[in-house]
Amino acid sequence: MAAIIESISKWRARRAGRGRGKASGLSRRETRWGLLFISPWIIGLLAFYLLPMGASLFFSFTRFQLGAGSGTEGLQFIGFSNYIQLFRDPQVRKSLLITLRFMIIALPIGVLWPVLLAVMLNAKNLWIKQFLRTLYYLPFIVPVVSVAYIWRGFLNTQTGWLNRFLELLSIPGPEWLNSTSWIYPALVLVGLWGVGDALIRTLAGLQNVPNELYEAARVDGAGWFRTFWSISIPMVSPMIFYNTLLLVIGLFQYFTLAWILGGPNSNPDEATLFYNVYLYKQAFVYSNMGYGSTLAWVLFILALTVTIIMFGTQKYWVYYAAEEG
Amino acid sequence: MTNQSSPSHETRTPVLSGRMRFLLAASSVTLFAFMLLSAYLSPFAYMIVTAFKNRAQITDPKEPLLPLSATYTYTGEEVTYEYVFAEKEQEVTIQPGDEFDYYEVEKDGETRQWALVVPRRGTSFFINPENPDAGLIEWEGEWRTLQPAYRLNLQLDNFSRAWAEIDFLQKIRNTLIIAIVGDIGTLVSCTLVAYGFSRFRIPGKNILLIILTGTIILPGQVTLIPTYALFSRIGWVGTFLPLIVPHFFANAYNVFLLRQYFMSIPKDVDEAAMLDGAGPLRTLISVILPQAVPVLIAVVLFHFVFAWNDYFAPLVYLASVPDLQPISIAIQYYNQTYTFEPNMIQATAIMGLVLPVTIFFLGQRAFMHGVVAPSVGK
Repeated sequence: MAAIIESISKWRARRAGRGRGKASGLSRRETRWGLLFISPWIIGLLAFYLLPMGASLFFSFTRFQLGAGSGTEGLQFIGFSNYIQLFRDPQVRKSLLITLRFMIIALPIGVLWPVLLAVMLNAKNLWIKQFLRTLYYLPFIVPVVSVAYIWRGFLNTQTGWLNRFLELLSIPGPEWLNSTSWIYPALVLVGLWGVGDALIRTLAGLQNVPNELYEAARVDGAGWFRTFWSISIPMVSPMIFYNTLLLVIGLFQYFTLAWILGGPNSNPDEATLFYNVYLYKQAFVYSNMGYGSTLAWVLFILALTVTIIMFGTQKYWVYYAAEEG
Repeated sequence: MTNQSSPSHETRTPVLSGRMRFLLAASSVTLFAFMLLSAYLSPFAYMIVTAFKNRAQITDPKEPLLPLSATYTYTGEEVTYEYVFAEKEQEVTIQPGDEFDYYEVEKDGETRQWALVVPRRGTSFFINPENPDAGLIEWEGEWRTLQPAYRLNLQLDNFSRAWAEIDFLQKIRNTLIIAIVGDIGTLVSCTLVAYGFSRFRIPGKNILLIILTGTIILPGQVTLIPTYALFSRIGWVGTFLPLIVPHFFANAYNVFLLRQYFMSIPKDVDEAAMLDGAGPLRTLISVILPQAVPVLIAVVLFHFVFAWNDYFAPLVYLASVPDLQPISIAIQYYNQTYTFEPNMIQATAIMGLVLPVTIFFLGQRAFMHGVVAPSVGK
């Protein structure tokens, strides 16, 4: 109530004369400048996030074929038909299962690998740290198209180096990208190259751990693993949380590597028909923009649910050291 | 790994001195990190080696890993040599383009690398590739017992061939336009927005910042189709515009990166400037930006590499216009439809990554510090 009275009196003061109430005039001007400066983002938020989100929710209840150059003429409201179709569509079930199964093997490795690398690269008695960190980060900035083709060659059953190496150890190399079961471990291997930003984030977290904590642990006689588990991990858990969140959402949207390595037919035998690949095909190969929007919204709801669950669990395992808002 | 070998002088009776133990631990950790790195980056080695091979070098299953070959291609003029074998006069004609195998040949106590032209039982005839005009060299012995002589044979043609067949210059031009114009948009818009968020009182600022963070984790698919429909309606599909214009409206990563840097610049300097009568825009340009050059460079590099590497947006918006495609799409299209030769594919992989990797090595500090900011910003 008091706030309303105050704002009314401010408004009166404003109307009464611009000269009076200098302080509030100044802050008003400041606010106006501030809004002006952030306006590009506000406009972008409306034009490229909020309105399209609303529009795609609307499209998800329509049949909507978008031919080249045509507008929204072919748009037809069909209620929940797309959602009913989605639940009956065997390809949806298949692609969702592929995505979730891949997530189960890719997630633990994708979370652990950058942490282990970061701990190694933060080791006290490591020489030429900067050099090693740079090179471990390097694959992250290689274009995904190059990454896909490098690994396709490297994992080739006959001429690829991995199988030639396994041959030296007398281990018969699997068919990797041509096998419906080995393709997933193969994609996980390729994914090991995509952890550069997670690595640097975790490394930054480790570097911020106060040295006293390690000193105290040493005085208490804690070994390497104990120190790692009880000090390093909790101290970088905010980074691990953030990395995990980005990874989960990224895996829901897994597309480019599957598209390049599997091709439009999702070889081998539709094993690379990830959910997002199916979405892309519906929208941009078959031009089913309405059904595509339905698939997109279901993806969004799934990702949002996982995000909310993850934020809910973070109080059990994420340690924020005396953080102020 | 953090095996603490303390450098302090303790009074245990050590088998190794403290310094020795430190050196041992350091060298073993470093060695381990190196070995892991070699395995981690070995696909790059595969790429480089394969890109310089020719077709024969790849298909031969016994072929060594390096782009070596034991084949000599004759480049001189057509010539006919006479020789005597089994007491009969015979002749052999060699033409430019003929291929012969290299062998390690021992003669007069020296081992030479010669190309085998006339293989016969008991006596064979070679030419010396270093001096092919000198004619045939007779050598007595069984050529089948000779070791093939592999020598480095780099196939630079792969690159020039891919360059021409992809029309790489045009694709580089396209990529540069998309990356540089987008870079200008990103830099200007993110600077303004970050300045607004770091220096001004804005109602609901915390909520806006949370929404800004949210855009990082929002799956792009949920906005993709309407955005595409809109761009299609206004005739932008098949042009650079959908890949450039959205970058003029700021993005969360770079706004957080810049905002964090701006907030670390003491406020009293720009307050002093304002008291001198400088407006907010003037303060930004003449006080803040000169102090923020490193982070501005980071933003420019980030966006450039992002745009160079981007695959999805050009796939969606430029799929039907080969003349406007950036190199990511062009390389993929080329490898999917024109060539199935591993050497060509690896050559294109190299051509795709040379520029981003070079930029990364030149500006590595900016990169490695830049990634950290957005996560701290939440």
